[in-house]
Amino acid sequence: MTAYILRRLLQTAVVILLLSYFCYLLMTLMPGDPVDEMIMANPEITSADIDRLRALHGLDQPVWVRYWNWASSIASGDLGYSRTYRVPVTDILGPRLLNTFVLAGAALLVAVIVAIPLGVWAALRKNSTADYVINLFAFAGISVPSFWIAIVLILVFAVYIPIFPAGGTGSIAFDMTPWESFVDRLKYLVLPVLSLSFLSIGTYVRYTRAAMLESMGNDYIRTARAKGLGWPRIYLMHGFRNALIPLITVTALSFSTLFSGAIITETVFAYQGVGQLVFESIQSNDFNVAMVAFMISVSMVLLMNLIADLLYGVADPRISYA
Amino acid sequence: MPESPPQEAVVKVENLQTTFHTRIGPVRAVDGVSYAIGKGETLGIVGESGCGKSVTAFSLMRLIEPPGEVTGGAVWLGQENILEASETRMRELRGSRMAIIFQEPMTAFNPVLTIGYQMDEQISRHLGVSRQESRERAIDMLSLVGIPSPRERYANYPHQLSGGMRQRAMIAMALSCDPEFLIADEPTTALDVTIQGQILELIQSLQERLSMAVQFITHDLGVISEISDRVLVMYAGRTCEVAPTEILMSAPRHPYTSALIRSIPKFGQRVSRLPAIEGSVPSLYELPSGCAFQNRCPNAGQRCRDSHPPLTEMASGHQVACFHPVDR
Ligand SMILES: Nc1ncnc2c1ncn2[C@@H]1O[C@H](COP(=O)(O)OP(=O)(O)O)[C@@H](O)[C@H]1O
Ligand SMILES: [Mg+2]
Repeated sequence: MTAYILRRLLQTAVVILLLSYFCYLLMTLMPGDPVDEMIMANPEITSADIDRLRALHGLDQPVWVRYWNWASSIASGDLGYSRTYRVPVTDILGPRLLNTFVLAGAALLVAVIVAIPLGVWAALRKNSTADYVINLFAFAGISVPSFWIAIVLILVFAVYIPIFPAGGTGSIAFDMTPWESFVDRLKYLVLPVLSLSFLSIGTYVRYTRAAMLESMGNDYIRTARAKGLGWPRIYLMHGFRNALIPLITVTALSFSTLFSGAIITETVFAYQGVGQLVFESIQSNDFNVAMVAFMISVSMVLLMNLIADLLYGVADPRISYA
Repeated sequence: MPESPPQEAVVKVENLQTTFHTRIGPVRAVDGVSYAIGKGETLGIVGESGCGKSVTAFSLMRLIEPPGEVTGGAVWLGQENILEASETRMRELRGSRMAIIFQEPMTAFNPVLTIGYQMDEQISRHLGVSRQESRERAIDMLSLVGIPSPRERYANYPHQLSGGMRQRAMIAMALSCDPEFLIADEPTTALDVTIQGQILELIQSLQERLSMAVQFITHDLGVISEISDRVLVMYAGRTCEVAPTEILMSAPRHPYTSALIRSIPKFGQRVSRLPAIEGSVPSLYELPSGCAFQNRCPNAGQRCRDSHPPLTEMASGHQVACFHPVDR
C-alpha cells in the first residue's frame, strides 16, 4: 500500500513537471510579455531601455532557460512576485486558494447530500412519476449553463427577495466577533455554493441512479432476498454499498472539476477565489500568478485522481495495491 | 383453489403456474406443475435449458419479480399455503425454513462483504442470537461443509475463495438456519467436473444428516440419477414424466425422457456421435396447440397436435403425460 502510494506520488510529480513545462510554453506563446506593458505605460522609453529591461527580467534568454530559472525558484519555495498586486504570489494566492477550497468543498457536500438520496430514490422507484421528475430535474441541472443559474439565483435571492448578498466574499467590518464574521461569510457563500453545486447535482443523480440500478440487478441481491432479509438491509448494505464503488470515483474526480469550474461562479459573484485570480492575471500578463495558479489546478486534478484510486481500493476489497 | 393441506409431505406444489407478462404477450414459463417432497427425500427436476426449472424454484421461494408473476396453484410448506402468505411472513420463511442454492457461486455472494458477514446477516435475522453465537454457528457450518480453516474463510471476501469453496460456503449459508426444505438450482453446473462430484456428495451427505426435503434441479440426467429418489422431467414449462429414479432410468415411458436417457454418454462406450434429440425446443412464445414435444417426437400423431396429453398414472408413482408412451 505504502509502496503503491509512493509510486503514484512519483508518477504524479513527473506528470506535474511535464505539464508545468507545457504550460510555461503556452504562456510564452501568448501575445505580449511584462515588458510590453511597461512600454505601453511609458511612451518615452528607448529601445536601449527595452533591451535592458528584457535582459533584467531574463526575457532575452531561450524558453527552456527561463523555464529552468522559474522552476528552480518554485522548487526552492519562492513563488515569485505579482506585478499587478505588488506583493509576493504566496501572499495573494493563500487566501484565494482557501476561499476556492471552501466554495468547491461546500458545493461538493451540498451536491452529494442532495443528489445521492435522489438518485437512490429514482432507482428504487424506476419508471415512476418520482423517477421522471427527478430525471427531468437532473437533466435540467446538467444542461443549463452555470452563469444562468447564478444570475437567476442573484435575481431571486438578492434582488427580489433580498436575503443574501448578490456578490462578494465577506462584509468589510472590523468590529465583528468571530461568530458574527463566520455567519457573515456563510451568507456570502450560500448563492455561489448553490449555483456551483447545481451542475454537479444533475450529474451525480444520474450516476447514482445508474450505479444503484446496476447494483440492484446483480445476483447477490437475489441471494439477499432469498435469505429473508428486509428491504432496508437489501437496499443499503447490498445495493447501495456496491453502488458506492463507482460513485466514489466519480465524486473524487469531479472535485477537481468543481475546483476549476468555480471560475465562472467566482466571476459572476465577484467571489475572491483562485479562478477569478487566474482570469485577471492572464489578462494583465501577470505571469508568476497565472503559472502558480495553473500548477495548483493541475496538481488538484492529479491529486484527486490518486485519492479516487485509493478510495476505490478501500470500497472494493477485490482491488489490491500490490 | 386447492382444499386440503397434504398429510406428510414437507412441500407440496399443486398446479403451479407462473406467467411472464412480456411485450409480445403473456408467457407461461411454468404451467400446471405438481409434486410433493417428503422429509429426507430428494426430488430431481430435469429438463433442457429454458424449460422453466429455475422459474419453478423462484416461484416456490416467491422470488419472481415483475414482469413475472405466479398466476395460479398452491405451494404448501407444512400446513401453510405460502402463495397466500404476506411478504412479511415470506421473509420469515426464506432462509430459515426454506433455502436455495444458486447456480452461480461466483456472483451469488456480495463481493464487498465478507463470507462471515453474509452468513451472520442471515443467522441473526432468523435465530436472533448474539454476534458471538452467530459467528460460532457460521464457523461451525463452514467446517460442516468441509471448508478447511473455517475461521480464516469466515473473514475472507468471496473473491478469495475458489469456485468450489464458494459453492460450499453457499451451501453452509443456506443450511445455517436448519431449513426443512432446500432447493439446489443447478449447484454444480458452473463448476469443474472433479469438483462437481464433491459438491454432489456433500449435498447428499448433508441431506441424510439433516433429513431435509431437497429439490435438486439440473439439466444433466446423469447427475440426477446419482442423487435423487424420484425424478420429474420438465419440458416447455410442463411435466412430462414423474417416476422413481431407477424406474425412470431403466424404463422411461415418455418419448422425451427416453431420448434424454439415450443421449447420456455411457461409461466405456465408444461413440462417434451421441444421439442428440433432433429438432429444437419450441419457443414459449409460439407453443403449438397440443403437446409441446410433437415436433421432435417419433410417436406423434393427430391427437398430439389437437390436445394436451394429461398426466396419467401408468404404475404406482409413475406418471406420464403422453398419448403414445414408449413401450417397455
Ligand atoms: N424475466 C423474464 N422475462 C420473460 N421471460 C422469462 C423471464 N425469466 C424466464 N423467462 C421465461 O421462462 C423460461 C424458463 O426459464 P428458466 O426457468 O430460467 O429455465 P431453466 O429451466 O433453464 O432454469 C424461459 O425460457 C423464458 O421464456
Ligand atoms: Mg436455470
